[in-house]
Amino acid sequence: MSGFIEPIVGRYVHVEIDGEINRIYFEENGSGIPLVCLHTAGSDARQWRHLLADEEFTKNFRVIAFDMPWHGKSNPPDSQYGGEYRLTSASYTATIRAFCKALKLERPVVMGCSIGGRIVLNLAIEHAREFRALIGLESADFQQPWYDTAWLNRPDIHGGEVCAALVSGLIAPNGPEASRNETLWGYKQGGPGIFKGDLYFYRVDGDLRGRTSAIDVGQCPLYLLTGEYDFSCTPEDTLRTAAGIPGARVTVMERLGHFPMSENPAQFRRYIVPVLQDIIDKQNS
Amino acid sequence: MESQRVRPNADPPVTYTQEAILEGFKAIPELLARDAALIARGRWLDVDCLLGPTTQPFHVAIRAGQIVDMTPAPVLMRSWRFAYRATPAAFAAYWQAMPPAGWHDLLALTKRGQASLEGDLHPFMAHLQYFKDLLALPRQSGFGGAS
Repeated sequence: MSGFIEPIVGRYVHVEIDGEINRIYFEENGSGIPLVCLHTAGSDARQWRHLLADEEFTKNFRVIAFDMPWHGKSNPPDSQYGGEYRLTSASYTATIRAFCKALKLERPVVMGCSIGGRIVLNLAIEHAREFRALIGLESADFQQPWYDTAWLNRPDIHGGEVCAALVSGLIAPNGPEASRNETLWGYKQGGPGIFKGDLYFYRVDGDLRGRTSAIDVGQCPLYLLTGEYDFSCTPEDTLRTAAGIPGARVTVMERLGHFPMSENPAQFRRYIVPVLQDIIDKQNS
Repeated sequence: MESQRVRPNADPPVTYTQEAILEGFKAIPELLARDAALIARGRWLDVDCLLGPTTQPFHVAIRAGQIVDMTPAPVLMRSWRFAYRATPAAFAAYWQAMPPAGWHDLLALTKRGQASLEGDLHPFMAHLQYFKDLLALPRQSGFGGAS
């Protein structure tokens, strides 16, 4: 309907990360338990727009999604233009914690996808007490590389086209065409070298094998959900990871791939509803 | 760990005949000729490459996104810039209307060892979506039925 205004509100918050103020763009809707959503590598928080606009969720959760620095409408920090961007476990963890602190969120739930799914495992290892629950989508302690990231940022290949074409295969076939196109559009719009820089964390710096056994779900519940068509972080990767974490809840999602919240929002909803309800039930018990 | 569902491991996932795979591949030039959007996507692409089933690959000459020649290999002293070859089982699965998980993308097939990518990969990577869509064309013509 022409003229319809969505309930999502976007604003900027100034966040000090590693001694420098970053101007972080975030969108939010709802009230209640803070639920912070982390986008995938090389994209931005628009991936979460369906969750942000869902009345069923926003009546119980303050849903918040932010663009990481260098992504979407969050520019690089002033001092770092011209340098090579590389996300690390330390910088990613610091960014999430600083963002939550800047918004004064009290023990938020954090839900991340892909690199966001990996970093929630690190949050569970190092900072579990700060969070009410953690949700990892397409999450594993490690997964086998399947291409050379050098192809992502070179002058003789269009970065947006190659990034989108690579990840297109991670979307489950026969989902909604518009949602597939929108998911890929985010990759076509990423800054030069940003997807590659995010994958430095994913491939090199963020290997959590051997560390996840330290996760105590009694301190902070952990939910892991992976799409059956994700051949990057496969269901087997997630199941292997969860097998080493007593009490972790695992779901393999049918007809979904690496971008469940944006590639097929209705199908994803079927799987995330019981997880969010479980968090509410725990809060009320 | 509490698991709600574990994906079954189906390998190979669909039945096929060698003849059906070859016929499916041979249909690609005509399917491409009818796909103006895909030709437009490849409008900057000129390359001689080797594509097809491992059992019978083809020398494929592409000019401005159109296949101008496709000849079964080997051809004496014919060179190619890159090769993408997959097992017949891989093509049979890739061409399903709903391909089984892990068999639904050219690079999923290389990751699982069902396909190989060799040579100078620049034209392949610079036109990656073109090649994914090109080699998926038999899917839309109803190859193999439901998986």
